[in-house]
Amino acid sequence: MNRVGIVGYSDTKFSSDDIPIESSMFSAVKELFGQTPNLAQKDIDAVLTSTNDNKKYLSPIISEMSGIAPKISHNVENLCNSGTNATVSAFSYIASGLADVALVVGAERFDSPGQVLEWDGSRGEFKHPIFWASMFTKAHKRKFGTTDEHLAYVSAKNHRNSLDNPTAYNPKKYTVEEVMNSKRITDDLRLLDCSRPCTGSSAILLASEKMAKKFTDVPVWISGIGQKTTSASFTKNDLTSIESTRLAAQDAFSMSKTSPQKIDVAEIHDAFTICELMVLEDMGFAQKGKAGQFVSDMYNTNDKKINPRGGLIGAGHPLGATGIAQVSEITRQLQGKAGKRQTENPKIGLVQNMSAAATSSTVLVLES
Amino acid sequence: MIFESELKNGRFVVPECPKCQKLVWPPSESCPRCFGNVVWRTADEPGMLVEYSAKDGRLFCMVEFENSIRVMGALECDTAPVDGQKVKVLKCGFDGSPKFTFGLEK
Repeated sequence: MNRVGIVGYSDTKFSSDDIPIESSMFSAVKELFGQTPNLAQKDIDAVLTSTNDNKKYLSPIISEMSGIAPKISHNVENLCNSGTNATVSAFSYIASGLADVALVVGAERFDSPGQVLEWDGSRGEFKHPIFWASMFTKAHKRKFGTTDEHLAYVSAKNHRNSLDNPTAYNPKKYTVEEVMNSKRITDDLRLLDCSRPCTGSSAILLASEKMAKKFTDVPVWISGIGQKTTSASFTKNDLTSIESTRLAAQDAFSMSKTSPQKIDVAEIHDAFTICELMVLEDMGFAQKGKAGQFVSDMYNTNDKKINPRGGLIGAGHPLGATGIAQVSEITRQLQGKAGKRQTENPKIGLVQNMSAAATSSTVLVLES
Repeated sequence: MIFESELKNGRFVVPECPKCQKLVWPPSESCPRCFGNVVWRTADEPGMLVEYSAKDGRLFCMVEFENSIRVMGALECDTAPVDGQKVKVLKCGFDGSPKFTFGLEK
């Protein structure tokens, strides 16, 4: 299997802009070309788009708009982890030798149809994500004694981290008390416990080892991949554990011969505050029921190891772009190019991205 | 799907595979194990309250039936619900999506 590296990336400003999905994707591609030395359209063998938008034939359209005539061209949709699914597809094309260079671009609009999974009839009329997140939250509180304050630390930390992220949707600092006093959405979740859908795009460039040096002196290698889909129905979940992430992380750690203790920096899919706590526990960063303390310690020591760009809560959640923005961030961190939000000399990073009430997860391990 | 048409008539039915002798959930016309056709029957009550919360003063919950299938719906009760409490279906219907209202069993 060929080694695969990330050799370029770009992010656009996450916003509420009412712009066509093609324009959003093109902006990220244009920026990636501007930031990647020696990259020419003819170098690119595969173009993969990632979105839940209903527009058709997007990858060929973006290729056409960008002057690329790729061998491989298609869209990847898997709700909120579309971006990492597209990344894994691009990895596979290069690892197998079908392609040497792949461009992955993800985007979403603020009004994405991917925000609600209509198919899951077992959710009854309670299909909006706020309802499954409330079930997770209440169950975690009941089983482990997790408090509203524990949850608020996640939001306060990630919002604070987003202050140093110029592409964040609404970078603003909130105290733990302000999070706890924000608008009540359900009995168990406040407004600032929630990530917000927005418009935005991100792109990454993947290359084989033989091509990587053309574009960068510091490629970041994808050394571990784990993916698991346990169901399409939220009601099959254990409410205090995210099995899809637990299993995906096991595979990613096994493939990369790493462990949670070896991870220096990570992007976690904090669609809601409870998600960050459960994911940290189920991947082995914290003991079950102890992630609340783990996160409050990070907040109090200004530790940016988890979600340095602000996560989904701080940076915004344009579904199809999110996983790619996470990969982009960890690449930037491992290259030492994260500016004000740079963590201290990281060598190994991790991305965790999930979809549809945590029924499907992707975990990637990246190494400098 | 029969599940939806029965809900429209106020009946909560669940699919069961006659060959595998297992309930199929979420509801489907065919068994995901053997791909055979399911048969439809009423769900055994009471169910068990798995979890609940509330939005704008209206309770919503997850209920488990027959130690197997779980469904979300509204919860109507006069007293504070308790996790694991037995619940029954007060009413059900279908209006673009399934709608269930559960009540605590006395």
